[in-house]
Amino acid sequence: MPLFEVFVRPRRGLQHQHAGSLRAQDAELALQYAREIYTRRREGVSLWVVRSSDITASQEEDAPAFFDPADSKPYRDATFYELPSEVKGL
Amino acid sequence: MSLLEAVVGLGDDALVLGQRLSEWCGKSPWLEEDLAMANTALDFLGRARLLYGYAERLGGCDEDAYAFQRDARAFTNLQIYELPCADFASACVRQFLVDAFDALHLEGLSASADAELAGIAAKARKEALYHRRRSAAWLVRLGDGTAESRRRMQQALEELWGYHGELFAPVAAEARLVAAGVLPDRAALRPPWLEAVTAALGEATLELPAAGWEADGGRQGLHTEHLAPMLAEMQHLHRSHPGARW
Repeated sequence: MPLFEVFVRPRRGLQHQHAGSLRAQDAELALQYAREIYTRRREGVSLWVVRSSDITASQEEDAPAFFDPADSKPYRDATFYELPSEVKGL
Repeated sequence: MSLLEAVVGLGDDALVLGQRLSEWCGKSPWLEEDLAMANTALDFLGRARLLYGYAERLGGCDEDAYAFQRDARAFTNLQIYELPCADFASACVRQFLVDAFDALHLEGLSASADAELAGIAAKARKEALYHRRRSAAWLVRLGDGTAESRRRMQQALEELWGYHGELFAPVAAEARLVAAGVLPDRAALRPPWLEAVTAALGEATLELPAAGWEADGGRQGLHTEHLAPMLAEMQHLHRSHPGARW
């Protein structure tokens, strides 16, 4: 049976977050199972289900090339810059 | 029929179906369905508790006494709810037939002249609409599925069909409560139910069974041979250890 990834939006105004996965025959059944398994204690107000096979994921071996170059680049963080004293309200 | 008897009858419908559904816990085709079945069972158990709680306030006994200390003859559920399910197809077909009824019946009951009954029905109706979506999807998935799943669904439909009439058969004792606007007129729900069921069966490529024998007597405490063994299992712990706590 196909594997589906489940995304739950906990509250209005928040984004959907990955909650886990489940197996189901089709998308409608996956949506119903997601409701049963991931929202029965009022965890959410909206659900997405996506076939796991439709997700393109970075691989372990991609990590050095993908993520390491972001190290030691503090100028990409807002905290790197000193705030001029004239700027108010930030 | 008094209001108390009517409320207990509706409570019995919910409890007995909840117990039958709970029998699937651990036996469903896969884990996800196990949880879904158990959730549905709990919805009906919760509904039974609301109704028994109201019955107690109307002068009846407490919920445990209703559930665990009555014999089959004292239960007044309609017979379709007590039938055991030989296979998953049978559970799906029964659930679809009663969910389609529930959606209509609870809509009527939520307009009851009795405010408490109306409140319970309004709460239960939200669950019923979800149940119907779930069971209608299974009806199509298995009806319009493989040759084997279709065969089993059609067979379950033929076996259960005789029991649907009781959902709509007027019970003489109910007439006063119907006239007073406390209970909906169940006979009037039959045409819209049949229309909805016929459409869903068509989508599921299943054939509407021919009219024939119809069950009767559940509201008077007359039951199939299946209810007493189910109650024996459900009640045995409570009866073996009266007053036990944990």
